[in-house]
Amino acid sequence: MYDVLIIGCGITGAATAFELSKYRLKVGVLERENDVALGTTKANSAILHAGYDPEPGTLMARLNVRGVELAQELCAKLDVPYRGCGSLVLAFSEEERPTLEELYRRGMENGVPGLALLTGDEARALEPNLSETVAAALYAPSAAICSPWEYCLALAETAVNNGVELRLNTAVTGLEQTSEGWTVRTSRGEFQARFVVNAAGVDAALVHDMAAPHAFDIKPSRGQYYLLDKSEGDRVGRVIFQCPSKVGKGVLVAPTVHGNLIVGPDAAPSEAHDTATTGDGLRFVRETAQRSVPSVNFRESIRNFAGVRANTAAGDFILEQSAPRFMDLAGICSPGLSAAPAIGEYAAELLEQAGLALEKKDGFVCERRRIRFKELTAEERAALVEKEPAFGRVICRCETVTEGEILEALHSPIPPCSVDGVKRRVNAGMGRCQGGFCGPRVVDILARELKLSPGDIVQDQAGSWLLDRQTKGGNRDV
Amino acid sequence: MYDLIVIGGGPAGLAAACAAWEGGLRSILIVERDKELGGILNQCIHNGFGLHHFKEELTGPEYAGRFVKLLGETGVEVRLDTMVLEVTGDRQVHMVGKSTGYRVEQARSIVLAMGCRERTRGAIAIPGARPAGVFTAGAAQRYVNMEGWMPGKRVVILGSGDIGLIMARRMTLEGAKVLACVEVMPYSGGLNRNIVQCLHDYDIPLYLSHTVTDIRGKDRVEQVVVSQVDDNRNPIPGTEMVFDCDTLLLSVGLIPENELTRQAGIDIDRRTNGAVVYENMETSLPGVFACGNVCHVHDLVDFVTAESQKAGAAAADYVLNGPDGLDPGVVTSDERLLTVNNGGGVTYTVPQHIRPGRVEKLCGLFFRVNRVCRDSEIRVTSGGAQIARFKREHLAPGEMEHIDLPKALLDKAEGELTISIQEVSK
Repeated sequence: MYDVLIIGCGITGAATAFELSKYRLKVGVLERENDVALGTTKANSAILHAGYDPEPGTLMARLNVRGVELAQELCAKLDVPYRGCGSLVLAFSEEERPTLEELYRRGMENGVPGLALLTGDEARALEPNLSETVAAALYAPSAAICSPWEYCLALAETAVNNGVELRLNTAVTGLEQTSEGWTVRTSRGEFQARFVVNAAGVDAALVHDMAAPHAFDIKPSRGQYYLLDKSEGDRVGRVIFQCPSKVGKGVLVAPTVHGNLIVGPDAAPSEAHDTATTGDGLRFVRETAQRSVPSVNFRESIRNFAGVRANTAAGDFILEQSAPRFMDLAGICSPGLSAAPAIGEYAAELLEQAGLALEKKDGFVCERRRIRFKELTAEERAALVEKEPAFGRVICRCETVTEGEILEALHSPIPPCSVDGVKRRVNAGMGRCQGGFCGPRVVDILARELKLSPGDIVQDQAGSWLLDRQTKGGNRDV
Repeated sequence: MYDLIVIGGGPAGLAAACAAWEGGLRSILIVERDKELGGILNQCIHNGFGLHHFKEELTGPEYAGRFVKLLGETGVEVRLDTMVLEVTGDRQVHMVGKSTGYRVEQARSIVLAMGCRERTRGAIAIPGARPAGVFTAGAAQRYVNMEGWMPGKRVVILGSGDIGLIMARRMTLEGAKVLACVEVMPYSGGLNRNIVQCLHDYDIPLYLSHTVTDIRGKDRVEQVVVSQVDDNRNPIPGTEMVFDCDTLLLSVGLIPENELTRQAGIDIDRRTNGAVVYENMETSLPGVFACGNVCHVHDLVDFVTAESQKAGAAAADYVLNGPDGLDPGVVTSDERLLTVNNGGGVTYTVPQHIRPGRVEKLCGLFFRVNRVCRDSEIRVTSGGAQIARFKREHLAPGEMEHIDLPKALLDKAEGELTISIQEVSK
């Protein structure tokens, strides 16, 4: 019997598991996919928003500001790439100035520190590559960028290190109320839990409907992106937004913590899991971004991707008990990544109010470190390779990732089982050649370490097979 | 301290090291990131290599083997499984290897021979879903020829570069069904002989002026949509063809791998994506030379070999006869310098600069054209006056062109040389 079962291990489920792992509880996380962070968490703008967007008084406003405040310390403790770079919202005409002023007013009310309204020239002094047509800007120094999947992974790993049970490849198929709580039916058997937390992202309404009368719809909204090579990584130093509209925060141009430039997203209604890009969508992203920063060189593109926002009609996060001992953490669209740790805290409060006793446990460890060979000095590298020769074998040459780092990941609390799982943990394959060189080598290492055939290694989620069969005859060792 | 460090043990690095040894250097190190010498030739198990250099037809591994054997007769030192991480402006080379550790070596001269990498799906922004099953042709070639695994059953190939064409045949011979080869340009990007031997011979259709406009499939590729494109390479609605397949191979261009070069502060030509070089393959950093596909992408390894021998010999000359102490710069103050310009029809030239005083008899010049031309003249002009012309019956972007300029002619030129193409009626 679990005290709490969390459904879904994206950033929201991971942050909730992390928070609950501080207490004397038996906590489990059920994740349908073969890894954490495989939904919206891995495909978004990677921005920790300052918090001037949400309507004052909403959960979004409160948890956004609290979340980014927590994120800074959390990322430092859990070794998550984070950079407090600040952001600018641009106005291209006098007509857009009132929007900036409204955002400024909201930001002040939400408690966002350091906001300032700038003239076009002041904005260009900060960001020389901004368009000449920028008339004014809202500057928010507390906005930051991070690695969203590593953030999720770090929270989940820390939860696991503190006793949380993560069950991958476990899809929830039904929920049944019992005298003590819930029976959770899954693709891998039944589990009993006193409390259930729904953190199922774009599928949160489906999970809700298993436990309670239909109450909300997720209206998935797809956003497409360009990721550009590091040669474009310095095009801007801050997150550059345009004025937001009803459908989202608009197309942004931003540096990433990995040194690349991210550009996007558009916004269009979609199916819940449709992460395809389209020619029209990508063209819109290119053209719109160049209004902000005309010199962005899209010839340096290394990848396109799309993510799906879990929008609802509510206009706010849906964080509530919607059936006895069943909590929804739903409608976590932007600023969900920013708010995540605060959503975790809020979920714990909800559970406590519903009767779950929260008793701090001794020995909670909030610490995580991994070796990033690329960031070491020459002396540190020499000493490391001397001690551990596997760190001397560079597997991903674009990102300078060594075999030692991959082996470390394979012995981490949530080991990867796919090529992209390795990528999300150590950055192998994230660079300009997109795994063209290191892909076969990563397959080789995975097969060797997991004692599988190379034919069993997948690109990413279950079913994403890479190799069909061995070639006819012959022996490579002859 | 090494006289010469060669970065890369593929065909370029091997030829450069051998030539430098022959030129008199005795302290040479090749640093190779893979577990064996030969570079990409090791996975090119088809034949057709060596017709120019060895006057016989070899497979890739055989071609590499000839040079590895030659190298074995020299005293050149080789470090395998070792990756160069940084080259500094004062010719220090940082490298790391599992068995060799992290080392910093000083070199009197350096040959950059890191080769190139393949353009990816992201580089050309193919829209659609992102299932497994989209591979660069070279990665697929590695799986099939080196690892012994087939990456799929039913295949569409985008791009008619040589590796894509070779893989069309290879996948077919291994039992896969290659449904189509799709090329966005109105002409093929590969060698004509490969179109014939790899597509025609196996009845694989080549769709020119077509491109992939959608990829479908949740976990693995299920369908690829191909559309015709107009003169501006925009897809024409209504021309879509849907192929049921599990694999899309990309052969959409190669990019010289110049991260070390950029880091060292060496000038890069944005047309070749390689270092700007002088007549002997010296870069803007004195004593540092570049050759092979890291300098510009070649079609034939034989030309890589010739270019790299030139670079290796020049490195030897630099160390044995070059300046003592302080480098005077790549061009000395009293030296004549010619800049080579791309005229009409020409996309790039290598070298980009010529120091006529350092040319012995002939200065070879490589270039590519931007369209298919019949019965043409390659014209060399300087200061508006034509100083040489060369006739060609056929020119194509997929086939690198080569002319030799006599020293006497270079002496006539002033400041610049312009290479252009003029189609002439017979």
